[in-house]
Amino acid sequence: MAVAGDLSGRRRGRLSADTTFRLILGLAGASVLLILAAMLISTTIQAWPVFQHEGWSFVTSSVWDPGTSRAEITGEYGALAFIVGTLTTSVIALVIAVPLAVGVALYITQAASRRVAAPLTYTIEMLAAVPSVVFGLWGLLFFVPTVLRPIMNLVVGTLGSFIPFLGGPIVTYNYFAAGVVLAFMVLPIIMAVTREVMANTPEAEISAAYGLGATRWEMMRHVVLPRARPGIIGATMLGLGRALGETIAVAMLIGGSQQIPSSLFRGGQSMAGIIAVTFQEAAPENVKALIGVGVLLFVITVIVNMAARLIVWMTGGHVAKEQNL
Amino acid sequence: MKPSRLVPLIIVLTLVAAACGGTSSTTTTEGSSGTAGSMGPVDLLGAGASFPAPIYQEWIGAYQSVEPSVSINYQSIGSGGGVEQFIGQQTDFGASDAFLKDDEIAAAQTARGCDPIHIPTVFGAVAVAYNVEGLDSLILSGPTLADIFLGTITNWNDPAIAALNPDVTMPDEDIIVAHRSDGSGTTSIFTTYLSSVSDAWKNGPGAGKQVEWPAPNSVGGEKNDGVTAQIQQNPGAVGYIELSYAMENNIPVAKMINDDGNAIEPTLESTAAAADGITIPDDLRFNILNVGGEGYPIAGATWLLSWTCGYDQDMADALKAWITWDLQNGDDLARELLYSPLPDSLQEKALAKVDLINSEG
Repeated sequence: MAVAGDLSGRRRGRLSADTTFRLILGLAGASVLLILAAMLISTTIQAWPVFQHEGWSFVTSSVWDPGTSRAEITGEYGALAFIVGTLTTSVIALVIAVPLAVGVALYITQAASRRVAAPLTYTIEMLAAVPSVVFGLWGLLFFVPTVLRPIMNLVVGTLGSFIPFLGGPIVTYNYFAAGVVLAFMVLPIIMAVTREVMANTPEAEISAAYGLGATRWEMMRHVVLPRARPGIIGATMLGLGRALGETIAVAMLIGGSQQIPSSLFRGGQSMAGIIAVTFQEAAPENVKALIGVGVLLFVITVIVNMAARLIVWMTGGHVAKEQNL
Repeated sequence: MKPSRLVPLIIVLTLVAAACGGTSSTTTTEGSSGTAGSMGPVDLLGAGASFPAPIYQEWIGAYQSVEPSVSINYQSIGSGGGVEQFIGQQTDFGASDAFLKDDEIAAAQTARGCDPIHIPTVFGAVAVAYNVEGLDSLILSGPTLADIFLGTITNWNDPAIAALNPDVTMPDEDIIVAHRSDGSGTTSIFTTYLSSVSDAWKNGPGAGKQVEWPAPNSVGGEKNDGVTAQIQQNPGAVGYIELSYAMENNIPVAKMINDDGNAIEPTLESTAAAADGITIPDDLRFNILNVGGEGYPIAGATWLLSWTCGYDQDMADALKAWITWDLQNGDDLARELLYSPLPDSLQEKALAKVDLINSEG
């Protein structure tokens, strides 16, 4: 009783400190929201004349023909080609990076000896520390022309003859080139999260699977992978967020054309790319349109993140239910 | 290594110079302990076009030994930004690859209360570079070039190209059109030329720093380096780059047929010849078009921008002295960096404009 009394007394004594602390934390939390809101509102206001001038054609038209006026909107601003560029390269990156990351994570957590696993993990995570402009340069000067170009020639020569979006003629820097290099950039993020999730598979369940006579593959297939699924999806979405916003490497490798190409092996442009590349020489009205593209990119990123949370929540629930049964 | 240790030092010095330029450019700097020289210490801040940035930096460096008390800081931020900062009074002088348009002049007049001045400094040629195996000589006409960039000519063995090159067997190869993906004065010069020789181009993509590129097999590169890389990496590619990039990278360039029907290779001489033969309006806002004789037809000037009023006398004197020195003594430096200096006739007109700096006080 006396102890309880002491405790409550001390708690009352700290009440003001607690309140202050809570207030500071609350402010810190609110500041993030405030900054976000301020960014969204101010950019939207600046881009508003362009939104007003273009209406829906800002997202449905692919004619991007900037004007040079200081006060009015005289050009045409349709950002569809850039939306397609951003989404296509991001999807290519995920299609390559996710299976690779899951494979590597499985190998590191389940199959590799500790002597191999630690350096491998370290090396892949080092990839995350490479600045994106270095990825871009490496792709521009070495990887794309000498490694990817022969592969592209092969694909166009075989599959390209009957799959329309894999046809030639090839332009060396294109959607595919940007997507592949982007895959290397998102790989460490996806791999790190996936590895962490897989490493947390309960030892008891693994032993149980072996006890039931499962092979190593069956154990991974029925114990590790189902448990890791929500984590893998979350990691994928994290990677997608990075891919959508990646600017310089994509701008260097996507082929810089303002069209929606008919093949993955032709040039295009991404949303972040068009902002970075044309901002410097843009007239005031063009700057407004570029800010509009920024708002659009923000909106798309938010939609993707919300979709990701929804997917994680739904599949997470699904797994939990399955395990309860 | 010494050079690598110098780099941070240079960066620091540049930053210091930038800071000084930013603060003291609006205030008089009189009576402080003067270094040797005929003028008091003056800081000039300029910003703008990246195309002439190397020669401006070179001129600034050389002028330091002529007039040590004047320090000039030029920031290569692009023509668009240069014009904005110039009109916004954030710099003492601007620089642009495109002359101010009428609405920009109006905005400038409102902002400062007097006229902006255009002073042309150097010319540059835009070369049509290509990458076709086995092809080391190519002649193109303006309309053919426009058709290639419009996408109506898509193969190197097109009869229109073959007719211009009777001595060469043109290969059966798809043409890939390489262009600038960023806004650029080079693009402006190139598309202004195409508009002048092709109605289809004029009524289609038109002229500007950034246009719609209609050819289906087109690819963009950022800055001259990017387009150069695109041309080098894509067999069958043709693109436009500043002459100096084509020469430095040893990429073959097309001879262009000018208004007199002569096929002219882009060189410093043929660029100078182009600039010599044109009529120039009094405000020195001009494009180089309808070039004949020995002139190479795709060329353009770049300008320094200044004001007829609003400078401290010291600053106006320093600015006038520097630009005059550039125009009179900077030709050899310009040629070394593959810029074509002004022909004598135009140099006089440019110097007359320099005299107008701060003439209204």
